[in-house]
Amino acid sequence: MNTIGKPISRVDGKLKVTGSARYSAEFDMPGLCYAVLVQSTIPAGRIAGMDDSLARKAAGVLAVLTPENAQRLPGAEKRLSLLQDNQVYYNGQPVAVVVAEKLEEAHHAASLIKIRYSVSAPKLDFVAGFPSSHPGNHNGEPGDMSWGDVDGALKDSDIKIDQVYTTPIHHHNPMEPHAAIAQWNGDELTVHESAQDISGHRAKLAKLFGVQESNVRLICLFVGGGFGCKGPLWSHVPLAAMAARQVNRPVKIVLERPQMFGPVGARPRTHQRLTVGATREGKLTAIRHEVHAHTSVIEDYLESSAFPTRVMYGCPNVSTIHRIVDLNLGTPTYTRAPGVATGTYALEVAMDELAYKLNMDPLQLRLLNYTENDPQTKLPFTGKHLRDCYTRAAERFGWSNRTREPRSMRDGSQLIGWGVATETYPANRRPASALVRFKPDGRVLVATGTHEIGNGIYTIMIQTAADALNVSPDLIDAQLGDTALPPAPITAGSMTVASVTPAIQTAAERVRTRLLQMAVADSGSPVHDASVDEVDFKDGLIFRKLSPNRSEKLGDFIARNGGQPIEGIAHVEPDETLKQKFASHSFGAVFAEVSVDPDLGPTRVRRVTAVYDVGKVLNEKTARSQFIGGIVWGIGLALHEDSHMDARTGRIVNENLADYHVPVNADIGEIDVSAIDIADTHLNPLGARGIGEIGITGTAAAVANAIYHATGKRIRDLPITPQKLIA
Amino acid sequence: MNPFEYQQVDEPATAVDAISRWRGSKFLAGGTNLIDLMKNTVEQPPKLIDINHIPLRGIEQTPDGGVKLGALARNSDTANHPLIRKNYPLLSQAILSGASPQLRNMATNGGNLLQRTRCPYFMDPAFSRCNKRTPGSGCSALEGFHENHAILGASDQCIATHPSDMCVALAALEAKVRVRGPKGERIIAIGDFHRLPGTTPQIDTTLMPDELIVSIDLPPSPYGSHSHYLKIRERTSYAFALVSVAAAIDVDSGWIRGARLALGGVAHKPWRVEAAEAALAGQKLSISLFEQAASRALSGARPRRDNTYKVEMAKRAIIRALTIAGGLA
Repeated sequence: MNTIGKPISRVDGKLKVTGSARYSAEFDMPGLCYAVLVQSTIPAGRIAGMDDSLARKAAGVLAVLTPENAQRLPGAEKRLSLLQDNQVYYNGQPVAVVVAEKLEEAHHAASLIKIRYSVSAPKLDFVAGFPSSHPGNHNGEPGDMSWGDVDGALKDSDIKIDQVYTTPIHHHNPMEPHAAIAQWNGDELTVHESAQDISGHRAKLAKLFGVQESNVRLICLFVGGGFGCKGPLWSHVPLAAMAARQVNRPVKIVLERPQMFGPVGARPRTHQRLTVGATREGKLTAIRHEVHAHTSVIEDYLESSAFPTRVMYGCPNVSTIHRIVDLNLGTPTYTRAPGVATGTYALEVAMDELAYKLNMDPLQLRLLNYTENDPQTKLPFTGKHLRDCYTRAAERFGWSNRTREPRSMRDGSQLIGWGVATETYPANRRPASALVRFKPDGRVLVATGTHEIGNGIYTIMIQTAADALNVSPDLIDAQLGDTALPPAPITAGSMTVASVTPAIQTAAERVRTRLLQMAVADSGSPVHDASVDEVDFKDGLIFRKLSPNRSEKLGDFIARNGGQPIEGIAHVEPDETLKQKFASHSFGAVFAEVSVDPDLGPTRVRRVTAVYDVGKVLNEKTARSQFIGGIVWGIGLALHEDSHMDARTGRIVNENLADYHVPVNADIGEIDVSAIDIADTHLNPLGARGIGEIGITGTAAAVANAIYHATGKRIRDLPITPQKLIA
Repeated sequence: MNPFEYQQVDEPATAVDAISRWRGSKFLAGGTNLIDLMKNTVEQPPKLIDINHIPLRGIEQTPDGGVKLGALARNSDTANHPLIRKNYPLLSQAILSGASPQLRNMATNGGNLLQRTRCPYFMDPAFSRCNKRTPGSGCSALEGFHENHAILGASDQCIATHPSDMCVALAALEAKVRVRGPKGERIIAIGDFHRLPGTTPQIDTTLMPDELIVSIDLPPSPYGSHSHYLKIRERTSYAFALVSVAAAIDVDSGWIRGARLALGGVAHKPWRVEAAEAALAGQKLSISLFEQAASRALSGARPRRDNTYKVEMAKRAIIRALTIAGGLA
C-alpha cells in the first residue's frame, strides 16, 4: 500500500458531520445525575461563610459539596480548586458543587447558595508586578538563556531597534466545552472526559483519590477542540469524581461557556521588549528578547515567547529572558503554539521594523540572516528547507510586485499592505505504544491511547498501518482515546504523529512477522515449510513470493488456527541522543495581504500564502486543514482575540462567544498553503514533524507588518482593532 | 435559571390579559436575548407567556404607501422581504448587519426593539453594582471596562448602549410602534420608544409592562436607495457596533430636500441627530457639508477614559454613510 501523503478523507468525517461521533458529554448511563460549579465572585480572600440551606432543600438536589463537607484529598495540589480550604485565589474559582437529578435543578439550586467573603487586596496590575516578577521554565527548559555579549554588541551596532510588543489574555474557546462524566464502581473510577491527555489525567486522578492507576480508566473518543486547555487536568474532573463518590451515582459536569474563562487556563498576557542590533548591511549583531508574562498565585506557568528567538536567525549575541508576574487570575496554560505564537509576533515585527530602518526588503533581511545550524548550539537541523519556503511562497504570493513605501499600494479608497514573516515550531517526539491486531473476521485493528482533536489521527493511524502491512485502508479500523489501550503521549506540542506512527509501524512489523511465522509452521497453510523470508502478506492474503497463486486469506488462516486474534504490541522510545546531534524544528514562510479602510479603521486580510517545511506530509487533505486552521488563529491573534479583564475584580467581562471575538468566515479571505514535503527521517521513520501549530506562528506578524505597509502605522499592541488604527 | 410558569397564548387580547395577571412576567418571542438573561439570572420572570402563536407575522403594504411589520415577523424574513428590500433598503442592511443568520432567524421585530444592553456589568450578576439591574446599586462601568459604552445622552447612573442595529434604521425611518394594552391600542413614535438612562436606567423603554407590541409601522419613504447603513465593528460579522450610522437623504438633482441621520453604539437609545439633519436640509450635496453635519452630530459627546475613539470614529462614519447615501462615493 502507498497511502501516506495521499489526500485521504477523514475516516471519521461522516460521523462528525452527521452528529454521530460521540463526544464525552454524550454518554448516558443508568442513574446519571448532573453537577454544576459554583464559582467565586472575588479575586482574592477567603470564604467567610456559605449558606447552602436553600440549595439543599431545592427540588432534585442530591448533594452540595462545599469546603466544609468535601472529601479531603491529602495529595491535592494547590493548583486545583477541590474545596479543600476556604481560600480564594482568583475570580471564577470553583467554591462549591451542586448535584441534582436534572441539570436545570442543579443550576437553580446553585443560584440559591449565598456566600460571604472576606476580601483581600488582589494583585491584578500586570505592569506594576514587574519589579516582583520571577524567573521560570517551560517544560523543563530554562526561561533564561544567552550566548555572546549582547550589551557589547548592541553598543557597537550601526542600527538598533528597541520596542515593546504586547499581547492580551486569550481564552482557548474550543467549540466543545470541558466536560466529564465520572462513575465509581467500588474503588474503580471510569471517567469520560474531553481531554488531550488521558494517560496523564489518569495518573493524576489515581494519585488524588489514592487508588492504583489500573483502577482508573479515561475514555475520550473525540475532542471537540482543545487548543491546549484540555492538556492539564482541571478542577471540574476531580470534583465530578468527588460528587460521584458522594452520591454513589455517575455524575456529569459540562462547563458553561462563561466558565471557560477562568478556571481552565488561558494564554497569559505578554509584554515583550525586543532590542535588536544590526550592521548597516543588515547582519544581525545582537538580539535581546525580554518577556514578562503573568501566571496565577497558585502555580507557575511560563509563556515562553522568547524561545523562537533562540532558533530563528543566525546571530552571535542573543539573550532571551522571561519573568513571571503572579496575579490573582486562574492559572494560564498552553494555548495554540504556546510561547511561539506570541513570540514570533514580537520578533517578526521587530525584524520588519529593522528592515524599514535599513531600507531593505524584509524578505531580503531574513535571507541575509538565514542560519543553517542552530544558532546557539551550532548543531545541524534534522532537516531545514526554509530557504525553499521563502522562495516558493514569495513567488506564489507575487512578492516581487510590492512597492516598499508604506501607503504606496491602494485599491480604490482602501489602503493595501503586504507583509511577510517567518514561522517556526519545535519538532518534538515522545514515547508511545500501539497495538495492531489481525482479527478473525479478516479485518485489522490499529489502536493507541491518543486523541482525535481534529488532527485527523484516526485517518493517519489507518494510513500508517495500511502501508506497514500492505493492507487496504478499507480493511482497517482505528481505536483511540481509552486508557485501556497502549498509552500514547499528550496530544499537544504538534507531536502526536511523530510519536504515535513509529509505534504503529513497529507493532505492525511485529504482528506481520508473527503471522508469517505461524503460517510457515502451519501444516494446513499453502506456505507451510517455506522460510519467513520466502513468504509475504499483502491485501489480506498470505502467499509465497515466488508463486503468489499459492495463497490464503487472513480470515481463513485465523479460523483454522483456533480463531484467536493475532496481535503485535510495541512501545517505542525516541532516540534521546538525537538532541545531542541535531536541532529539530519546522519552519515556514507566510505572506499576507491586507486592506485597511484608512478613515474607519477595519482591516481585512484578503489573502495569505504560506509554504511549510514540516518534513513528510502524511495526508495532504488533513494537513491542509491544519495549516489553514493555524492561519485563521493567527489572523485572530492579529486582529480579534482579546479577553477583557475588569481591572478591579479580575473578572473577564467578555466571557461569551458574541463578545470574545475569534475570526468568523467573513473575516477570512483566500488562503494558499503548501508544503515542501521532504521527509525528516532523523526524527522518525516516516519523516513527519507534526503540523498542528506552526500555522499560527508568524501569521500575526505577517498581518501586523502588512498593516504597517498599508497605513504607515505600527500598532505594537494586539489585537489591531479599528479603534487603534484611527487613533 | 429560575423555575417559571409557562403559558401559550394565541391572540393579543389573551396575551395582554395574561401579562396583567402575573406581575413580573415576560412575553417570550424569539427568546434570543431573554433566555440568555434568564440563564445568568439577570432576568427572573415568574412566568413566560409564549406569544409565538399569535398571528402577528405579516409584512404588508399600508394604504398610505408605508409598510406594517408584524411584531412577530422574524428579523431575517423582514430583511429579505421584497417590500423592505425595495422601499427600505436601509432597514434591510441594518438588520442583516446584526447578529448571525441563526439569531436573525429566531429573533422577532418586536423582540429586537426590546433588546437589553450588552454592558458586561449588567450581564454578569457577580458585579453587584448595576443601576439597570439593581436600581441604586451604582454603576461598575463608570470606572471599569467601558471601551464600548455610550458617549451621548448617558448619565452618571448608566453609560450603557442600546445594542440593536435594526432600531437605528427604524429611528432614521421614523417608524411608529403600535402597542396594545388593557385599554386598547396606542402608537409610540420610535424616537419616544427608547429612553435615556437619567436616574432610572432600569427602565429601557416607554412600553408599559402590560403592553404588547403588535406592529412596527413604517411611513412611506422618500429616501429609497439614497440611504446607507454603515456599521464599524471588530470583526466582519457577528459583532456589536463600535459605531453605526443610518443615513437617509431625500435628494433632488444634487440638492438635499431632507435628511435623516441616526447613530448606533453611542447611546442608551438609537441616537437620532436632528440638529445634523437640519444642517443638511436645503443644502447642496457635498463632503464639506457632511463634515459640518458630523461635527454637529457629535457636539454634545461626553466620552470617558476608554471610549474617546468613538467621537472621531462616529464623525468619520457619518461622513462616509452620507457620502454613500448621497451617491458621492
